[in-house]
Amino acid sequence: MAIELPKKQAVVVGVGWAGGIVAAELAKAGIEVLGLERGADRTPADFIMQKDEMKYALDHDLMQDLSKETVSFRNDKDMTALPMRQTGSFVLGTDLGGAGIHWNGQAPRFFPYDFEIRTHTIDRYGEDKIEEGITLQDWGITYDELEPYYTKWEKTAGISGEQNEMTPWMSEEYPTPPMKETPAIRLFKDASAELGLHPHQRPSANLSENYTNPDGKTIYQCQFCSFCERFGCDYQAKSDPLITVIPTAVDTGNFEIKTHANVREVAHEDGKAVGVYYIDGNDGQQYYQPADMVILTTYVLNNTRLMLQSGIGQPYDPETEEGVVGKHYCYQIMSGAQGMFEDKQFNLYAGAGALGGGVEDYNGDNFDHSDLDFIHGGVLSLNQTGIRPIETNPVPPDTKSWGSEFKKASTHYFYRTLSIGSQGASMPYRYNYLDLDPTYTDENGDPLLRMTYNFTDQDRKLAAHQAERSEEIMKQMGADIVTQTNQATGDYNIVPYQTTHNTGGTIMGASSETSVVNNYSQVWDCENLFVVGASTFTHNGGNNPTPTVGALAYRAAEGMLEYFENPGILVEDED
Amino acid sequence: MADEKKPSGLTRREFIKNGSFAVGGLIGGGLIGGMLFNSSSDTSTSTSNGDHNHGNGSNDYMEARMFFKRQEDFRVLSAAVERIFPEDEVGPGAIALSVPYFIDRQLAGSWGFNAREYMDGPFEEGEDTQGTQSALLRRDAFLQGVRLIQKEAKASHDGENYFDLTEEQQDAILEKFEAGDVEMNGMSSSQFFSLLRVATLRGVYSDPVYGGNKNMDGWRMKKYPGGQMAYMDIIEDEEFHDMEPISLHEHHN
Repeated sequence: MAIELPKKQAVVVGVGWAGGIVAAELAKAGIEVLGLERGADRTPADFIMQKDEMKYALDHDLMQDLSKETVSFRNDKDMTALPMRQTGSFVLGTDLGGAGIHWNGQAPRFFPYDFEIRTHTIDRYGEDKIEEGITLQDWGITYDELEPYYTKWEKTAGISGEQNEMTPWMSEEYPTPPMKETPAIRLFKDASAELGLHPHQRPSANLSENYTNPDGKTIYQCQFCSFCERFGCDYQAKSDPLITVIPTAVDTGNFEIKTHANVREVAHEDGKAVGVYYIDGNDGQQYYQPADMVILTTYVLNNTRLMLQSGIGQPYDPETEEGVVGKHYCYQIMSGAQGMFEDKQFNLYAGAGALGGGVEDYNGDNFDHSDLDFIHGGVLSLNQTGIRPIETNPVPPDTKSWGSEFKKASTHYFYRTLSIGSQGASMPYRYNYLDLDPTYTDENGDPLLRMTYNFTDQDRKLAAHQAERSEEIMKQMGADIVTQTNQATGDYNIVPYQTTHNTGGTIMGASSETSVVNNYSQVWDCENLFVVGASTFTHNGGNNPTPTVGALAYRAAEGMLEYFENPGILVEDED
Repeated sequence: MADEKKPSGLTRREFIKNGSFAVGGLIGGGLIGGMLFNSSSDTSTSTSNGDHNHGNGSNDYMEARMFFKRQEDFRVLSAAVERIFPEDEVGPGAIALSVPYFIDRQLAGSWGFNAREYMDGPFEEGEDTQGTQSALLRRDAFLQGVRLIQKEAKASHDGENYFDLTEEQQDAILEKFEAGDVEMNGMSSSQFFSLLRVATLRGVYSDPVYGGNKNMDGWRMKKYPGGQMAYMDIIEDEEFHDMEPISLHEHHN
């Protein structure tokens, strides 16, 4: 039996960027908010002098403990899904601050094209351009409608960056100037410009100067120590929820956080959420927390899993293409080029998570796809995130992977190797989806989320195109040995790390028939339940997702406040 | 060729003390300021920088076996990791870097027990794209693996120990494992070889706190400076900077 607790106005499930933003906005408006975080408490003091590659980068100290909970995976429905036993292709965050702690801080927006991708594609190229099985949908919101919320998030985070003719339009400049240029980044930019492309310094949440945000929270200047991705920042110089929105919420006196509170189910009656059930990891007891409003902000995979487990919304069936929950699971398609320079050594031990140069010329619909057999694209970038010695062992092709030959080559090329990467956009595919696993369970006996996913022909063509463009730039940069890299030559493999840009499962749209939430992240079928995060992305763009998560969260919070005033569905259903 | 100069590595305490961080404005803010004022004495900074004396210091107490009970198993492991990362003109090999003891300690702890991985059944073979589905714990995989290496050596070389074979003979046996040509129970020999290779690289290049990368000589081979406080001063420089590495020990003491 669950132990019932006193009712709260709003319960936020999962306290990272999305949960923190929602909590801050509601708490500032006087709403009493409870945050339930499955992981441990955390403060910036946990990140001081933790420059330990093995503990964090290889053994994933900040990530989900898979012995308690994981996902199962198969490429298609003819395979039996098996549990992801070790972390590989993506890293799932946990603990207070969530994935917002271990991110790199790369902070680009999506393009206007992304939000109206179906309409735009048909208008420009005709419906035949969309490959069979690619279930393209508009988002039910335009870039122009979302733009003010992007700006708001960028001001909260203090993003450092610059614009050019290829980046999405902005109503205001970035709050802080772009980051410094390193020789490697300069080389990339010069070579790109020589090829007629339009390089820019990547927008960064590792800040170029000290900055105090509109909530009065300060983020400090980045020291380029290079311990960003998979680490918390030593200096409070990488904008994250623990130094911005979470303390903003707590300072109001209206936000309480419970850690080790693992929510299993959203309770609902007559089409409305009434509370959540959670297990307290300290005493092992199950609690029932009643609430007027429930907000799921747990990350992509658990947002979807909680919806399925709670029986809210119709689960998606790829055979009939009916149902919505679990639909449009998307990822990103990583390819690029590696270059080795015999006569140059770069100070690659130094860097920052979002320190890089990029070109957006081959992203979105910034280039003509008339003669290409795919849509969309991805940013090409050279990032100097800082290399570390266990994981970085570059060797020329056909070098033996151990022994003296390997040792000589990997030490020689350690500082002589640069990479250009493309974050290829991921289009929704009818048979790529999420549901509950029939066999494997988590520590509480609840079914694991089952991921059915593979690359499509669209993905493989896009990745090959991007690898070729990257190779052109790398050759222009003067590298002596240039090789294409491509994760999407065959089937998707859950083992090698690719990206933690998972999206979809509770997608946003204009109609309850084709989507789970409206453009306020409000669940069509359960009006006082909001699901916020990249699980609402209708497809995944060719850039990092966090700013779009932040923008959607600010908009969602506005919708929630409106709902407290005037309960009801906030957007007309185009069904 | 890049012009090399050597700025000295700074520990956290020196970094704060000399004011490098004042530009960041954090000096008065709770966390860093607290660290500065809590430091009771500044006389202990960074004495081990540049200390290349192998076998000279209290760290040697850690060079004893926690996991491997049979010395024979440990000698096979040591010989095998030395072939994966051999001593040569580039620098010390796995044994000199204390990698065998590093692996022994790793196997004795949570890594050896696969503590943070999903180990519930049912176990099925699955496709390569689904990742490892082995029920075997790393500690058991290593015991089985090194004993099979020894068995291969004895079978193919008239009962000789693996660690007494020539380098070429030792390599040939490892290549057989790498190719998946040795029968193992619970994982393929190529998976075991891959585990052994990764464990070796972890031992060569992880922070010395874990018992490998002895005297930070693994890092020196790669000119890796460890966990420096900041690179603000050199981030834009064209020339390559080679500097003395800093470990967690220097920062935490």
